[in-house]
Amino acid sequence: MTVLEQPGSYHPVPPPAWRPRVDPAPLLPDAEPHRVLGTPAAAAADPDLLRRLHAQLVLGRRYNAQATALTKQGRLAVYPSSTGQEACEIAAAAVLEERDWLFPSYRDTLAAVARGLDPVEALTLLRGDRHTGYDARKHRIAPLCTPLATQLPHAVGLAHAARLKGDDVVALAMVGDGGTSEGDFHEALNFAAVWQAPVVFLVQNNGFAISVPLAKQTAAPSLAHKAVGYGMPGRLVDGNDAVAVHEVLGEAVRRARSGGGPTLVEAVTYRMEAHTNADDATRYREDDEVEEWRGHDPIALLEREMRSAGLLDDDTSRSAQEAAEAMASDLRERMNEDPVLDPMDLFAHVYAERTVQLRDQAEQLRAELEAAAEAGEENR
Amino acid sequence: MTTAAATAEPAAVTRRPATMAQALGRALRDAMAADPDVHVLGEDVGTLGGVFRVTDGLAKEFGDDRCTDTPLAEAGILGAAVGMAMYGLRPVVEMQFDAFAYPAFEQLLSHVAKMRNRTGGAMPMPITIRVPYGGGIGGVEHHSDSSEAYYMATPGLHVVAPATVADAYGLLRASIASDDPVVFLEPKRLYWSKADWSPERPEAVEPIGRAVVRRTGRSATLITYGPSLPVCLEAAEAARAEGWDLEVLDLRGLVPFDEETVFASVRRTGRAVVVHESSGFGGPGGEIAARIGERCFHHLEAPVLRVTGFDIPYPAPMLEQHHLPGVDRILDAVARLQWEADWTPGKAGN
Repeated sequence: MTVLEQPGSYHPVPPPAWRPRVDPAPLLPDAEPHRVLGTPAAAAADPDLLRRLHAQLVLGRRYNAQATALTKQGRLAVYPSSTGQEACEIAAAAVLEERDWLFPSYRDTLAAVARGLDPVEALTLLRGDRHTGYDARKHRIAPLCTPLATQLPHAVGLAHAARLKGDDVVALAMVGDGGTSEGDFHEALNFAAVWQAPVVFLVQNNGFAISVPLAKQTAAPSLAHKAVGYGMPGRLVDGNDAVAVHEVLGEAVRRARSGGGPTLVEAVTYRMEAHTNADDATRYREDDEVEEWRGHDPIALLEREMRSAGLLDDDTSRSAQEAAEAMASDLRERMNEDPVLDPMDLFAHVYAERTVQLRDQAEQLRAELEAAAEAGEENR
Repeated sequence: MTTAAATAEPAAVTRRPATMAQALGRALRDAMAADPDVHVLGEDVGTLGGVFRVTDGLAKEFGDDRCTDTPLAEAGILGAAVGMAMYGLRPVVEMQFDAFAYPAFEQLLSHVAKMRNRTGGAMPMPITIRVPYGGGIGGVEHHSDSSEAYYMATPGLHVVAPATVADAYGLLRASIASDDPVVFLEPKRLYWSKADWSPERPEAVEPIGRAVVRRTGRSATLITYGPSLPVCLEAAEAARAEGWDLEVLDLRGLVPFDEETVFASVRRTGRAVVVHESSGFGGPGGEIAARIGERCFHHLEAPVLRVTGFDIPYPAPMLEQHHLPGVDRILDAVARLQWEADWTPGKAGN
C-alpha cells in the first residue's frame, strides 16, 4: 500500500473543493459580432453621432487614398493603409476624452488624425524625416508603434499610473490580429486584468498579418475569447459598422473609467489594400474575397442607414466630400514641401546629457558638414 | 572589503558594518521617501522582499502600490514601467536574475533605450532596471550570466555596476535620480560583502559615469568594475611580491564611459589589463582596449590585455572557478606586459 492509498495519511484534511474564481459566462463574447446598422437598433442611434461618424469616415477614406498616393510620388517612404478599417480608426478616437490616451500601432495614423492630430504630423514618421513626428505628450497619443503589440504594456502601465495618482484617465490601445500572437499581447492583458487597469484593448482583426491569414495565427474560437483567460470581458463587434464599434468601445471606456477594469474588443474588419504600398496582396488572397468585403464597406453601410432615415441628402454628402478634398489637397501641398533637416539633431535626444563620446562624434559630424559646405561653395 | 575606508567621512558619524544588499535596500527606501513618484516593481519584491532581500520592508513601509509584486513576466514588467514613466512616474524594476531579464529585451532595446530619442525629448525614460548579475555564487544554469555587453551595445542606456557597499547606495540613488534609463548591475557575489558604512549619513550622491582609482600604483593599471574589483585588489596585493605596483581602476559601470580617468591612468602607468567576468569576444574589454589603443598609443609599453570569462556559456557551478577571472590569471596577464625589454619600475610614462 503506497502512501497515497492510505486513507487520511496524505491529506489529513480533505482538500477544499475547486471552483472557478470568476464566473466566466459574463466574460464570454457573443457568438456573432455586434451590429447596429441594418438592425432595428439603428433607429435609436443619435442622428448627430451618425453625421459626425459619416463626415469622419469620408475624411478618413480620402486621407488613406491621399497617403497612398504620396508613396507613389515618393513623398512617403511607406504607408500601411487602413482603407476598409476606417470605422475602427475613427471610433477609437471618438470614444476618448481629451485627458485619455491613445496607443496606436503603425497602421493607426488615421485614429491619431481623428483625434485631432495634424495629418502632416501623423505621417511624418512615414515620410522618414524624424521619428514619431508629433508631440506625444501634448496630444496624449503614444508614438506610433512599429514593433508588434509592444505598445500594449505601455498602455497598461500608463493607465495604472494614472489610477495610482487618482486621475480619471483611460488608455485605449490598438493592435492587429497578428499582434495577438505576440507575448507582449498576453502579458499586457494579464497585467491589465490583475491590476484592474483602466485600459481598452482594440484588436482590429483585418484578416491578415501581412500575408498570413487568421487561421494560421490562432486556433481560438475568436480573438475576443482570449479575454476570458485573463478574467476580463471579451466583446466581438462588426468592425465595419461604425455605430456598433462606437457603442462597444464607448461601453468599454465607461467600464474602465468607472473602475470596472479592462476590456478586450475584437473588431472584425478587412484590410482592403495590401499590407503597405510595398506589398503585393495578390500573392496570398483572391480578388473574390476582396470584392465580397467591398459589399460590406463601412461608408456604404452607414450611408444606406442614414439615407433611409432621412439623415443624409446630396448636400450633406457633398459637403463631407468637399471637406475631405480640402484636407487632401492641404495634405498634398504640405507634404510636397521638403522637410528642413538638421543632421546635428542626430545627437539631440540620445541622453539628457551628452556623453563625452557623443560630444566627440557630434564634433566629427559638424566638421564633415562644414567641409562639405565649403566644398560646395568652391564648386559654385 | 577594505576599499570603502578610502572615502573620507566626518569623525562624528558612526559607521556600522552593512552588506551591499542592505545598502541597496536603504537606497531604495530613501529614494521612495524622497520622491512619491518612485515605484518599485518586480517578481517577489513585495511580501518576500526579493529573493536577495534587497526590497525587504518596502511594501510594508510604502504599501503594495509603491512596491508591487507583479505577475511573472519580464516584458510585461518593463513594458508597464515604460507606460508608468510616460505618465511621469520613476519606476525601479527588479529583474530577478541576469538571465531572467532576457524576455524584456525587446522592451528595453526598442522602447526604454529609444523613447527619449523617438519622441524628440518629449518622453524621457527615468527607469532603473536592477539586475542581480554575474557568477561566483554556485548558481545553477541561467543564474550567473554577465550580460553587460548586450546593454552597453545599446545606445540610450546607461550601464552602472557598483563594487562597494558605499557605491551600491550612492550609485543606486544617482541612477534613480537620472532622467535616463539605467541598467543597474548588482554583483550577486558581493551582496553579502560588508563594509563599515553609515546609512545615517550616506555618502554624497555623485553622478554616474565616473571611474575611481581604488588603489594607486605605477607599474600597470588593472581596469575593472563590479564583481571583479575585489579580485583585482587581491591581485594587486599579491603582485607586490613580484615587484609590480599595480593601479586598480573601478569603472563603476560602462556607460557613460569615463575615458578621461582611464586614459590618465594608462598614460601614467603605460600598461593596462582589463578584467571582467563577461566573455572576452565582443565583451566590454575589447571596446576599452580599442579606445586605449586609439588614444594612448604613444604611452603604451605593451598591448592592452584582457582577462575575462571564457567564450563559453556560463559553466556548471562546480566548474565556475575555472571560468571566472582569478588572481593567478590576472597575474599571468600582468607578467605578459612586456617587462623584459628595458623595463625598470616607474619608468613607464616618464
